[in-house]
Amino acid sequence: MEDLTNVYNDMIMEHSMNSYNKKKIEDATYTKIGNNPNCGDEITLQLKLDKNVIADMAFTGHGCAISQASTSIMIDTLKGKTIEEAKEVIDTFIKMIKREITDEEELKKLDDAIAFKNVSNMPARVKCALLAWHTIEDILKDN
Amino acid sequence: MQTEDIKKDFSLLSNSNIVYLDSAATTQKPESVVNAIKEFYEKYNANPHRGAYSLSIDATKIYEDTRKKIAKFIGARDEQTIIFSKNATESLNLIAYSYGLENLNKDDEIVLSIMEHHSNLVPWQKVSKITGAKLNYMYIDENYEIPQEEIEKKITSKTKIVSLCSISNVTGTINDIEKIIKFAHKKGAIVIIDASQSIPHYKLDVQKLDADFVVFSGHKMLAPLGIGVLYGKKEILNKMSPFIMGGDMIEYVHEQETTFAPLPNKFEAGTQNVEGVVGLGAAIDYIESIGYDTINLIEKEIVKYAIDKLSSLDFINLYVTRNRDNHSSVISFNIKGVHPHDVASILDSYNICIRSGNHCAQPLMRYLGIDSTCRVSFYIYNTKEDVDRLIDALNKAYDMFKKYIKD
Repeated sequence: MEDLTNVYNDMIMEHSMNSYNKKKIEDATYTKIGNNPNCGDEITLQLKLDKNVIADMAFTGHGCAISQASTSIMIDTLKGKTIEEAKEVIDTFIKMIKREITDEEELKKLDDAIAFKNVSNMPARVKCALLAWHTIEDILKDN
Repeated sequence: MQTEDIKKDFSLLSNSNIVYLDSAATTQKPESVVNAIKEFYEKYNANPHRGAYSLSIDATKIYEDTRKKIAKFIGARDEQTIIFSKNATESLNLIAYSYGLENLNKDDEIVLSIMEHHSNLVPWQKVSKITGAKLNYMYIDENYEIPQEEIEKKITSKTKIVSLCSISNVTGTINDIEKIIKFAHKKGAIVIIDASQSIPHYKLDVQKLDADFVVFSGHKMLAPLGIGVLYGKKEILNKMSPFIMGGDMIEYVHEQETTFAPLPNKFEAGTQNVEGVVGLGAAIDYIESIGYDTINLIEKEIVKYAIDKLSSLDFINLYVTRNRDNHSSVISFNIKGVHPHDVASILDSYNICIRSGNHCAQPLMRYLGIDSTCRVSFYIYNTKEDVDRLIDALNKAYDMFKKYIKD
């Protein structure tokens, strides 16, 4: 069994319980709801584009610590990146959780989001960690 | 009988350090059930009702003898009123399609309780959409029980079908189904009882209840996954059309027309889950060898112990009726400020299996104003030590989270 202190660490707990990214953006370019019906997790993700750069992001909603922290940390990681850069990070994160990428060098581009690496050992929680990332993947797929 | 002795009958539990607190989802299986299935395949396997040879006749006898055993077990007069299905869900769909669609019109009403599992809710939405019949709900009070005035308000002369669970799979509330059946019959409605959560724990007597239909799943009462039962009153079943078409449910098949077999084969198309039926028979033998009285004694003691312990934790919200006589062995709760999924993961790291989520009861969750709960559910193999380990792990889970929880 995974040592859960690796997963429920200070950074993840702070982001899940008291996130500064949990707010609304009045002039968002995109607003999208992501949910896991079986768990009841639901987030509303907002994204503001400035040309092809992610100028701002925020979220509201509810869910477990892993889904909430993953959303908040994703926002920190992607803000300021171009769409192309963001897509690469998103792809790397999803592959990390699915254990398709394990190389530490390659994972460096994830910044703080690397904290979710151990979730790849918790099959029941993979969906929680990926919720926000699949939601933004959906937003950006036509860009 | 000591629960420690009972636990020895369940290999999965006696060979591991697992605390299993999810019996409302599915129970563990005693060795006698596992062995009965093995014996069936080693000695009697053939397709029932199909072969003219002795082996198939043996398989048919085992299959049909179990039908008789189930009839006796639930107090049904005639074994032809026992229909095998995949689970309670399939039994409810059979009733919705073969009775609901054919007997309801747009001025009619269907009454459910708000605590229904999706399996006793979604099929009725379909019936309501197709027939135009209105779907009404009996709501619960602050004590998680359906008040008498709610029953009398919702079940009217327009009501044609009342379908509800004997026990809620979320709150553990025991519904007074005998009273509801009597009242609904006075109004001219038929009543369907989802007994999935009660049959592992309490004696079911379909004749005394006078229910028109009763459904349950085998796997929640020690039997294998994938076997369920539908009981119906014979005069109603006889009038109903088949649900699934195919082999063994027919009489004569012509190129354009078919006449159907009598009960119960009319509702059992295709080769059936015979190993499931054999396992269900063995599960009934096991339950009867312990006896419902003993089951009730064991469970009452452990549930009281668990509720007392959980109530003493000030960081826990409990969703159970205060009336302990109306409460079964399911307990829903939350750690204040902590999501149930996180609680379940942390408990899992201590080898404790609990359920978290909406328990296939989203309308109930919405009505209670919560997203999800943690749920523990007990059965005869659970011990006070299991409860102690649960409480200990809940304290640890709360300790991990408390410094981050906002007021």
